[in-house]
Amino acid sequence: MAIADPPAQQRPTRPGRSLFTGDLARRAVLDSFAKLDPRVQIRNPVMFVVELGALITSVTWLIQVFGGGPLGGGHEPAWYTFTISIWLWLTVVFANLAEAFAEGRGRAQAATLRAMRQETEAHLRDGGVKSASELTKGDVVVVEAGELIPGDGTVIEGIASVDESAITGESAPVIRESGGDRSAVTGGTRVLSDQIVVEITQEPGQSFMDRMIALVEGAARRKTPNEIALNILLAGLTLIFMIVVATLRPFGLFAHTPISETTLISLLVALIPTTIGALLSAIGIAGMDRLVRRNVLALSGRAVEASGDVDVLLLDKTGTITIGNRLASEFIPMPGVSETELAEVAQLSSLADETPEGRSIVVLAKQYGIREHEMADLHTEFVPFSAQTRMSGVDLDGRSLRKGAGDAIIGFAEQEGGHAPDELQSTLDRIGREGGTPLAVARDSQILGVIYLKDTIKEGMRERFDQLRAMGIRTIMITGDNRLTAAKIAEESGVDDFLAQATPEAKLQLIREQQGTGRMVAMTGDGTNDAPALAQADVGVAMNTGTQAAREAGNMVDLDSNPTKLIEIVEVGKQLLITRGALTTFSIANDVAKYFAILPAIFLSTWATTREGEGPLHVLNVMNLGSPRSAVISAIVFNAIVIPLLIPISLKGVAYRAIGASALLRRNLLIYGLGGLIAPFIGIKLIDLIVHNLLGA
Amino acid sequence: MTFTGWLTIFGFAAILTALALPFGRYLAAVYTGGRTWLDPVLGAPERFLYRLLRADPSEGQDWRTYAKSLIVFSLAGWLLLFLILRTQTLWDFTGLNPLHYHSAPWNVTFNTTSSFLTNTNWQYYGGETTMSYFSQMAGLTVQNFLSAGVGIVVAVALIRGIVSRGGSSLGNFWQDIVRTVLYVLLPLSIVVALVLVFQGSIQTFSTYLVSHGLTSGGSQSIAVGPVASQEAIKELGTNGGGFFNVNSAHPFENPTGFTNLVEMLAVLIIPAALVFTYGRMTGSRRQGYAIYATMMVMFLGAAVVCYVAEAHGSPAQHAAGIHHGGNLEGKEQRFGIAGSALFDVVTTVTSCGAVNSAIESFTGIGGAVPFANLSASEVIFGGVGTGLYSILLYVLLAVFIGGLMVGRTPEYLGKKIEAREIKLVALGLLITPLAALFSTALATASRAGRASISATGVGPQGFSESFYAYLSQANNNGSAFAGYGGFVQPNAGSLGSHGITFADLLGGFEMLFARYGPILFALAVAGTLVGKRVSPAGLGTMRTDNPTFVILLIGVIILVGALTFFPALLLGPIVQGLTGHLYS
Repeated sequence: MAIADPPAQQRPTRPGRSLFTGDLARRAVLDSFAKLDPRVQIRNPVMFVVELGALITSVTWLIQVFGGGPLGGGHEPAWYTFTISIWLWLTVVFANLAEAFAEGRGRAQAATLRAMRQETEAHLRDGGVKSASELTKGDVVVVEAGELIPGDGTVIEGIASVDESAITGESAPVIRESGGDRSAVTGGTRVLSDQIVVEITQEPGQSFMDRMIALVEGAARRKTPNEIALNILLAGLTLIFMIVVATLRPFGLFAHTPISETTLISLLVALIPTTIGALLSAIGIAGMDRLVRRNVLALSGRAVEASGDVDVLLLDKTGTITIGNRLASEFIPMPGVSETELAEVAQLSSLADETPEGRSIVVLAKQYGIREHEMADLHTEFVPFSAQTRMSGVDLDGRSLRKGAGDAIIGFAEQEGGHAPDELQSTLDRIGREGGTPLAVARDSQILGVIYLKDTIKEGMRERFDQLRAMGIRTIMITGDNRLTAAKIAEESGVDDFLAQATPEAKLQLIREQQGTGRMVAMTGDGTNDAPALAQADVGVAMNTGTQAAREAGNMVDLDSNPTKLIEIVEVGKQLLITRGALTTFSIANDVAKYFAILPAIFLSTWATTREGEGPLHVLNVMNLGSPRSAVISAIVFNAIVIPLLIPISLKGVAYRAIGASALLRRNLLIYGLGGLIAPFIGIKLIDLIVHNLLGA
Repeated sequence: MTFTGWLTIFGFAAILTALALPFGRYLAAVYTGGRTWLDPVLGAPERFLYRLLRADPSEGQDWRTYAKSLIVFSLAGWLLLFLILRTQTLWDFTGLNPLHYHSAPWNVTFNTTSSFLTNTNWQYYGGETTMSYFSQMAGLTVQNFLSAGVGIVVAVALIRGIVSRGGSSLGNFWQDIVRTVLYVLLPLSIVVALVLVFQGSIQTFSTYLVSHGLTSGGSQSIAVGPVASQEAIKELGTNGGGFFNVNSAHPFENPTGFTNLVEMLAVLIIPAALVFTYGRMTGSRRQGYAIYATMMVMFLGAAVVCYVAEAHGSPAQHAAGIHHGGNLEGKEQRFGIAGSALFDVVTTVTSCGAVNSAIESFTGIGGAVPFANLSASEVIFGGVGTGLYSILLYVLLAVFIGGLMVGRTPEYLGKKIEAREIKLVALGLLITPLAALFSTALATASRAGRASISATGVGPQGFSESFYAYLSQANNNGSAFAGYGGFVQPNAGSLGSHGITFADLLGGFEMLFARYGPILFALAVAGTLVGKRVSPAGLGTMRTDNPTFVILLIGVIILVGALTFFPALLLGPIVQGLTGHLYS
């Protein structure tokens, strides 16, 4: 099962999500012809060779038709040359189509972004008005409710709710305020309430939105290191096959078998890795696109590749591993008080408390068989929490029920004339040591006991960590808690290791240590003090809710600000490489069948021994293809149409399974290696049946 | 097929493995500065040689310096050998040219010199009718040692590049070559030579013997010479250049079935042991076992196919109604079918190229086996050193493709395989096919090239002869298919002889190109890997020491070889095999 399926509650869909839409297809087809320009093709050595071959066969055909005389090296009919030539052109077009589709999906997203980026006026704090596109770094602008924020910047005054759906797709507004970790605002988002003063942090044309558009459009796309390496391998293979084919002509002549240019070019195109060559750039673009659709912006393709290599994942405890809200887990009564009595008072005191903690107390109390009380029935008076009293509760029939911080409750009880039991302090201390939060409960002067509030680990975390372990990734939990608490949560959640009482410096140090042993480290962060660590990590994912400094330091931005997204990012990185490897294997394995189609066709009558002019090599025609020309055409047609057939796989990516490297390799070798060996035998035979029997070639 | 036949093949594999394991440990000690039991004996001559070469063995060399030393060393060796062979009569005063043979013509000498320098030992000449004892001993045998040494040190340098933890040093070329000759090749040669002499091989400076026939009254000259010493290193260094023209079929070179076994073991012991050495030097013996398994599976596959084909007999035999006994044409009775088939496989998977039977007389399938072995680019054990460094290039290629399929930037033993490595690996693997195919194309397409084809070499046979000749030289193998000539020698002693310049030069340059090209690329790969950061292996890392990887590696080797050479094989051995006109 693929891990890290996108959570169901994920955001509304954005336009351009479906694989193929009408508009997209039309544009892609047009683009794929425009890309026939040799200046475009030269960047892809494999397809450039195919295009050259297409050109040569076209010229050959023209000479055959209009020049009259037959050409040297085998006499092929003009229709044969024409057919091969057309299919070679189609091969290049199909390759372009794959790339155009991949680019088209990004472009559609960029278009929606562009539409949202309206030209706005910026009101400078010192009175002037500037067009948003003229804002430079250091300008200070005032943005009122209902206005678009004119550029990326940091809030230096005020607090406001901001609608960031333009970039995140999330319609719920977010809070942006000066100081702290929520001070970054993005150009093109709208202020919904209040007024903020923003200092612009970007030069014109380099805003977050600009970069995002460039990224999804593929304009800033550069070949990634691994893509370059694979391209070199493909060029090397192309070179080997050029040698093989170039020397085949003299070999043929020695055996009194002239081979036409058209057939030689067909053999070359069939052998060179056109399948992967055609799909390579589409795979890269689609990888980026898959991240964008998960609402992650990778600032470079290199970062996406690196994420597949991650060995260590640093995860913040709060909000990532734990829910972040502390929930009631236990009632600890003082001597002489029953647990049920404590539970009942705790419940009553929390009835009006709508905080998650309060609600969790009510839920826990239910387990003691205490029925739900209706506030209205009880004639109660709610005493809300305040920073001064640090407790809350109800006044019920003249009795005061309170819950709150230990010392606050002790103070309350003493004020009412009671005193704290001896056991109270030790219980409070123990819970604190264990990383929990104790809430004392009092009824008038009597302290009844303590509610144990615990940090709750998110559901399914253990399974996730197990999966990560199966992927070969170690997880390290980062927390400000003390060692004891950290160890406890680490153990409960199944995380591999933890860093307790973490400071930003300790975090940076940990990353350096891990990298020193050759490991690749990924982490998420949002605060300004996370910036150095984000920059140091191989994959640093900044939360979009975070500060501008954090967003600058990381090499990815998660628009959903969901720290567990890292797992999905790793998966996308791995998928990218797997897709490349699988299609390379498939492409090379295909060659065997193509040899068995084309070589017997070429050497059918070499050293002929029979009256019909068949030589001994005809036995190699294991597919029993109809005729030599039909065999060559079938091989070339198969070679061409396999490209569009594989476009969906290259755009969606080959599924990654966290089953360990060896099992994964076996699986992919079986599917793409063995499959690649067998599939073309079937495909070529089927095409030959059509070409030979129906079309009479 | 007989029980003895199967026992020969599988027993041989077992003995080889049993010997190679401890010898691999010894080699690891030699190349990692460990102590060996030969230190007390060889320490002094070793230090003397360093002084003579003015080399500081403790000075580490980066790949460029290492390569430069290797090229200088080889160039000097080439000039020296060419000089010795061209001035053969000048050395008559030593008494080591009893028949006063003249030098072979310059073009043949060019080919021979390049051939022995590159560990190919392709021979356009017949040893007993061309070479003086001095040329054989001071010229050819010396290069048998040195060319083998060069192959081994490149493998060692590449291993160091792979296992190194930082820095740029691949070791010191002068130290490696001296220790290889002193600690590895010399002691083994002495042992093997003594066994050969004990079994009836000869070692003498006396002139050729004349024997008078008992019945016809005619006389016969029996060539003799210092055979055993040259024979030993010929096998141990996977050189293969015979003292006599008929090579290891000659009773003075390979007198008994036992020497046949010893010679086969001598051919494979160093290439096999080096694989275990590799495992030890990487710190994970399993890495060595995986490569050994890859080689052994392919080796046994070749041996079984060849043996079955030969034991089955030829179509001509079957046509004549003989259905038992197998194909013994061109084979020595004392070796039998299994001993001949196995020897053929042993010497064509390695770059040895020695022969003890006529490959030309093999059946279609049996004769296709050496072709297939050569097409696999000498990585099934391969030449001493060359086999290991060549298969390591294939390993890197397999790691790259396989590594992608597990979703990580491919890495081998913790070092990332990136654009630069892939470029060097691709170019390194490109050279042998390039050399073999272009040379064959030139030779078959030109009148000058076709002049070398034997009179009987019409049709596919002529193609097979040419292709085998250039495939063999491109692989630095040197095994000959017979029929393809580069030397016209009307009588013994080279007077009035002339070389076929085209074949001599094309072959000579091909051997040099196909030897030093891959060596430089292998060293360059070592140079880029040496300083790379090592990442620890985890569950997500592709393992290179398990059966899955062995299968992947075998697949890559076979696929690359088959895709490259299938068309050429089609026109030679395959068409011949299909027509039943077997190699005649």
